[in-house]
Amino acid sequence: MSSDKRKLSYGLAINEALLQMMEKDSSVLLCGQGVKSPWYVGATCKDLVQKFGEDRVIDTPISENAMTGAAVGAALTGMRPIILYPRMDFMLYAIDPIVNEAANWSYMLGGKASVPVVIWGIINRKGEQGTQHSQSLQTMFAHIPGLKVVMPSTPYDAKGLLIAAVQDDNPVVYIDDRQLYNLEGDVPDEMYSVPIGKGIIRKEGKDITVVATSYMALKAVQAAELLEKEGIHVEVIDLRSLKPIDKELLFSSIKKTGKLVIADGTWKSYGVAAEISALVTENIFEYLKAPIKRVALPDTPAPASRTLEDAYYPDEKEIIKAVKEINK
Amino acid sequence: MDKTLLKNFYSEMVKIRFCEESFVEPILSGEIKCPVHLCTGQEAIAVGVCSALQKDDYVFGNHRSHGHYLAKGGNLNAMVAEVYTKQSGCSKGRGGSMHLIDKEQGFVGSAPIVTGTVSLALGAALAAKTRREPRVAVSFFGDGATGEGVLYESLNFAALKKLPIIFVCENNLYSTHLPVRECRPEQPIFEIAKPFGITTSQVDGNDILAVFNGAQKAVELCREGEGPFFIECLTYRMRGHVGPNDNVQGAYTDIRPESEVEEWKKKDPIKRFEELLLEDRVLEEKDMEEIKQEIKKEVDNAHKLANEDVRPCSEDINKYVFR
Ligand SMILES: Cc1ncc(C[n+]2csc(CCOP(=O)(O)OP(=O)(O)O)c2C)c(N)n1
Ligand SMILES: [Mg+2]
Repeated sequence: MSSDKRKLSYGLAINEALLQMMEKDSSVLLCGQGVKSPWYVGATCKDLVQKFGEDRVIDTPISENAMTGAAVGAALTGMRPIILYPRMDFMLYAIDPIVNEAANWSYMLGGKASVPVVIWGIINRKGEQGTQHSQSLQTMFAHIPGLKVVMPSTPYDAKGLLIAAVQDDNPVVYIDDRQLYNLEGDVPDEMYSVPIGKGIIRKEGKDITVVATSYMALKAVQAAELLEKEGIHVEVIDLRSLKPIDKELLFSSIKKTGKLVIADGTWKSYGVAAEISALVTENIFEYLKAPIKRVALPDTPAPASRTLEDAYYPDEKEIIKAVKEINK
Repeated sequence: MDKTLLKNFYSEMVKIRFCEESFVEPILSGEIKCPVHLCTGQEAIAVGVCSALQKDDYVFGNHRSHGHYLAKGGNLNAMVAEVYTKQSGCSKGRGGSMHLIDKEQGFVGSAPIVTGTVSLALGAALAAKTRREPRVAVSFFGDGATGEGVLYESLNFAALKKLPIIFVCENNLYSTHLPVRECRPEQPIFEIAKPFGITTSQVDGNDILAVFNGAQKAVELCREGEGPFFIECLTYRMRGHVGPNDNVQGAYTDIRPESEVEEWKKKDPIKRFEELLLEDRVLEEKDMEEIKQEIKKEVDNAHKLANEDVRPCSEDINKYVFR
């Protein structure tokens, strides 16, 4: 069996990236809550502490601010730390070291130093977990100059983008989604990286472009397959990196289709979708044949009740609806 | 000690225990889906502290706050309905188990970001002091919360301004999957308040009288402007970190040794108190049985009401974002 046909789950693809990077480079450290237990992080940290020891795989106290600062400081002094938050919501305690320090460090010190740190936040939503345990905060990080932001949607990208993030000399915010951890896909067993800043066409089509991030990219493919049966040919772009953003791929698709739906799993206002929409109208307005549509979360904190959760999280049905509204 | 007070301690603890245990089945059946952190085994802390408070005093909770809410007088039916995320829940089904509120009873709110509500309690104490009201604020948090810097910032400011706040640390020896010895150097938690000049103590958190006596003294002194106080209560949770036990992904990951769990079962705060009540002839077995029957009815009824209720309707998704 050739290696690139091997199937692996998203969670185990992350695990393989960690195993390979830590094996290859002794400056790679992993710190965070739950790195030695499947409690929060599923299979992603399997065998790591056994293999690399508690000096390099550090299950931390509940101290997001100091642990993140420590990762940044270690990065400034020769290490390549990965700091993990089992839920993105907990990163809010660490905003200072991420934003004020890590993101600005290179610029404010004249490029004399950089911060090769991976800031890994897991989106852990649904299950009636409520406001403080369900948030998708990608926009907040993509807004900050000096941070790169990636959001893999497939096992292949989960591994490749994590390796690229560790190898990058800049702070990279790596955001994955707990809902994807059991998703199976082709993952080569050798070490490879997926370039940061490059999107990918998941499905080609001529009628309308749907650009999506993370799990919404999967929903977009589902939507495109259903629409295909009705004769609507959707081109699905999985952005993979929010920053830098692959404008080239985005623009070339829109130049072809003239119509755009943006699907992203964070709040609508001032969000990822708003930025993409602005980029398109600012640069290639003349190619647009219809208004741009956004599929995103309502401007509401995450509710607990399952009835509200069902209404809260968009899926392929919302994407289909948006496509039909502008594909007239 | 006053017999009515002792009886109250007992029925409050039983109420919390029955309520917690009543959630086990609906959690396992999936009828209750939101994360539920049961406080079975820790009832004496909630009851001991809240019994020393007046209705006007403020209490802030964390992720494991069913006991705090009930002990502060929170409405039972509204809490049970909230855990089912039903419309009649205390947070209208928007919050679930980790987001409880009963303003009339002085339960200002609970939320699961670890240590997140400690500084809010600080603010409540500041408000009371600013308005020259004789109110006290209580912040309940776990041993895990001692990792967060905001706790120390709050201790400092509370001491600086002599605020009427009681920091209550429920040390159940674990923070999710980590034993406390893996989270902090082996020094008693109550000592963290010392450098700030805060009066601090460690009590047996499974001894309702010890908790109550400690809390009562702290409350009195806080009212006289002699706050803040810190109380570490040693205890143990008899259930999982979240849910009835800690069965994660088919693998039993509750890392607590069986023998340790068994040891602590012997120190069950309710059983211990029952022995004392019998010994001192405050209650007889049949009185206890009566109390239990009464409370069981109340709890069953709360489930019945919650089951008859509906979940919020999806059109109302944006309701309550602002008032
Ligand atoms: C800021 C933050 N980090 C991490 C978590 C995840 N978390 C929830 S409860 C918990 C453990 C808390 O332990 P402790 O404070 O001892 O309370 P206990 O659960 O033992 O009652 C953790 C780490 C969180 N809710 N908030
Ligand atoms: Mg604890």
